[in-house]
Amino acid sequence: MTEPLVVLKDVNKHFGDLHVLRDIDLEIGKGEVVVVIGPSGSGKSTLCRAINRLETIESGTITIDGKPLPQEGKELAQLRADVGMVFQSFNLFAHKTILDNVTLGPIKVRKEKKAAAEKRAMELLERVGVQQQAQKYPAQLSGGQQQRVAIARSLAMNPKVMLFDEPTSALDPEMINEVLDVMVGLARDGMTMVVVTHEMGFARKAANRVVFMADGQIVEQDTPEEFFTNAKSERAKDFLGKILTH
Amino acid sequence: MGDIFSNYDVLGAFWWTIKLSFFGGLGALVLGTIAAIMRVSPVAVMRFIGSAYVNIFRNTPLTLLMVLSVLGVTYILGVTLADDINQNALRWAMVVLAVYHGAFVCEALRSGVNTVPAGQAEAARAVGLTFGQSMREVILPQAFRGSIAPLGSVLIALIKNTTVAAVIVQAEAAGLMQRIIEFEGGSFLIFAIFALGFVVLTMPLGILFTSMSRRLAVKR
Repeated sequence: MTEPLVVLKDVNKHFGDLHVLRDIDLEIGKGEVVVVIGPSGSGKSTLCRAINRLETIESGTITIDGKPLPQEGKELAQLRADVGMVFQSFNLFAHKTILDNVTLGPIKVRKEKKAAAEKRAMELLERVGVQQQAQKYPAQLSGGQQQRVAIARSLAMNPKVMLFDEPTSALDPEMINEVLDVMVGLARDGMTMVVVTHEMGFARKAANRVVFMADGQIVEQDTPEEFFTNAKSERAKDFLGKILTH
Repeated sequence: MGDIFSNYDVLGAFWWTIKLSFFGGLGALVLGTIAAIMRVSPVAVMRFIGSAYVNIFRNTPLTLLMVLSVLGVTYILGVTLADDINQNALRWAMVVLAVYHGAFVCEALRSGVNTVPAGQAEAARAVGLTFGQSMREVILPQAFRGSIAPLGSVLIALIKNTTVAAVIVQAEAAGLMQRIIEFEGGSFLIFAIFALGFVVLTMPLGILFTSMSRRLAVKR
């Protein structure tokens, strides 16, 4: 593995009685693509959201590029600017045009000039294939288009790492591939990515490592070939048996 | 009817009503927005101050606040906003209208904030916006659009509530109406003139706000 960019150590969190993250230890190297899979309620989304502190943790440490996650405030905002996040429900700013969605961060957080931010935003929109929609509002776009805009919005901040929290789970089947194609492209370009997903095809094609979670624990982690063909734990075999038979 | 208009400055009185409404409304919007931000802020002390403000002023009769401002704050504590007695009372009336209705503006806005999905705030934070920036750029613009209709109701109530200022000032419409009734005797005509005056002020506002709430609604 290359030098670690994101390091989680002994991370624990409860939701009431539910121990949603149990002693999580995970290192993600620069340029690495880690796919997190597991049954619903296994804590994989919480893990992903904890990395940019959208979820707080109770004990343990999370560091990004050597720096521990700060408390809520300006410093945390700066750190989040370096961590891209793509949500299941897209969460594009509903009252702003597609172009303004992409330029908001660069202008307000990075203090870029409007013209420069717009030029780069158009390049990114072209890269994800929605440059024609730049002046429209999010509600006028299909789910797949919205999610690609959300990816462009994250990329506009030049993030060190990108988090994907089930990016295709809210999409119609025919739109899933257009989003996955963009993500595969990013992976090829060397972006560090943490992807929570149910898309096993993506995991096989783009992941360096698959992390399997169940009941708040990391049960097993391995390369995609090894994991999908030769899972070691019973829990993972059971899970794969259920999803790969159809 | 001609007598009333030639002997009394009815339009001038309504002009004062408009001024009270305008400055009271402006103040209420500013105070209400600040209070609403406090009520949704992550800092517990801010939330406490915000909700204390709302609960105190929403639950106090406006008449009582008006009387308190002049009898209590000016006469007993000696705080004046102008040297002239009438000016002082008018300015206090504006302040009281702003403070009182600010509590209602706050609640209208807060209900607007609740119409903004949590994902919007999460996305704003994930992009690296600070709390203030995500309020300004993402949450409040959508919250205002989501609360235009209730904000309209608050402003209409404020215009009509300027009549309560008649307990401390004479210049605005309700004060003049009292004087006319005192000197001319009450009549249906006098009542109708003043009622019509208020309808002229409030009805277009209501129509404007309804159409705005439809036009500016955030599509999701």
